[in-house]
Amino acid sequence: MKELILIVVGAALVNNIILSQFQGLCPFLGVSKKTDTAAGMGAAVIFVITLASFVTSLIYKFVLDPLKITYLQTIAFILVIAALVQFVEMFLKKSMPSLYQALGVFLPLITTNCAVLGAALTNVQKKYGILFSIFNGLGTAVGFTLAIILLASIRESIEDNDIPVNFKGSPIVLITSGLMAIAFMGFAGLI
Amino acid sequence: MNKCMERLYNGIIKENPTFVLMLGMCPTLATTTTAVNGVGMGLTTTAVLIFSNLIISSLRKIIPDRVRIPAYIVIVASLVTIVQLFLKAYIPFLDKSLGIFIPLIVVNCIILGRAEAYAAKNGPLESAFDGIGMGLGFTLGLTCIAVFRELLGAGTVFGFTIIPEAYKIAIFGLAPGAFFVLAGLTALQNKLKMPSATNGSASGSVLACGGNCMNCTGSACMANHAQLETRRLQAQEDALAAKKADVAQTQAELSAKLDKKDN
Repeated sequence: MKELILIVVGAALVNNIILSQFQGLCPFLGVSKKTDTAAGMGAAVIFVITLASFVTSLIYKFVLDPLKITYLQTIAFILVIAALVQFVEMFLKKSMPSLYQALGVFLPLITTNCAVLGAALTNVQKKYGILFSIFNGLGTAVGFTLAIILLASIRESIEDNDIPVNFKGSPIVLITSGLMAIAFMGFAGLI
Repeated sequence: MNKCMERLYNGIIKENPTFVLMLGMCPTLATTTTAVNGVGMGLTTTAVLIFSNLIISSLRKIIPDRVRIPAYIVIVASLVTIVQLFLKAYIPFLDKSLGIFIPLIVVNCIILGRAEAYAAKNGPLESAFDGIGMGLGFTLGLTCIAVFRELLGAGTVFGFTIIPEAYKIAIFGLAPGAFFVLAGLTALQNKLKMPSATNGSASGSVLACGGNCMNCTGSACMANHAQLETRRLQAQEDALAAKKADVAQTQAELSAKLDKKDN
């Protein structure tokens, strides 16, 4: 139990997927204009990464490892993730329309998001079992959601500020993320 | 041959993926801690890009249109696996320092973007040169950023000490420094009004992604772009219809008034 909590905290705060690992930057910078869309994206990411971590670790353990074809992991994982996202989209559309309406727009954006593949590969690299993989995926995704919602709320509140003309737009967003990265470095001593 | 030279120029200068198109931000920020890493990442991506363009362009008439994206992903993923095994065997230190970013080349938007935008429509030779041009452009961008960060962060360039130990600014070698360097670069581009994806992003789009395709990844980019286009056209049509209805209403009102006057 203690180890699981450590993994979640480590993945969410200490090794934050965006601010210290630089994975999934595209949606981080692109979908962080408004807090509610950022929250929607975050929820979709939590859903997909946790599920993808579970499925890819199952495939690694029961297909790739016994057959001794672990070098095919990149191909296998990216295809599984793409198929999984499509499947989740169809399933939600059919059986949970309300959830689909909330997450639907974000799902296609996640298919080739490097954070999902990154989390699956990290699980293999660190030799996590299935349970640990799920929790590591969950922690990673929670870290993503935390960072993107924080950035979105900062962006909303600095929107009307007097920013130097040349720094309007993406430069100020990047500087904000840099300052957030410094703040997150403070978590380094946590584990 | 002229066309091939034009592709090289296009990739390295006119449509430089790092400075102009702003594609592949994750490796740009993550692997530019030292100049050696930047060059290594750039050249690895170049190798994948050349062969993926070559293969996809040769197979462009065989791959059915509806399954092209999965087909591209399989081709790119296989190439990345081959390159990764090569690096592990011959340049192990690079494989160690780039780590997870080697397999993550699969989801780098430059590769699928070039496959979709160029290799799927042009011959193998031009596509291979397009890959070389874009790859070298990416390498150039990464190397510039990496040299800058290494110089400020560690006081060295390619491992040679230039700035004395006491004057280095360690933060530039760490994660936040990457954001600051890129922020400075984009601000400079805004100041000099240079062509860049970050200058023209002032579109007040209704799409969740903000409508800026440069922030999008891989195949989602294309799908979302099509969605965005249809929505834009729809909105235009709606606006036009509303205007027409408005005009018709005012006309009716005016004629009614005129009728009243006449009476």
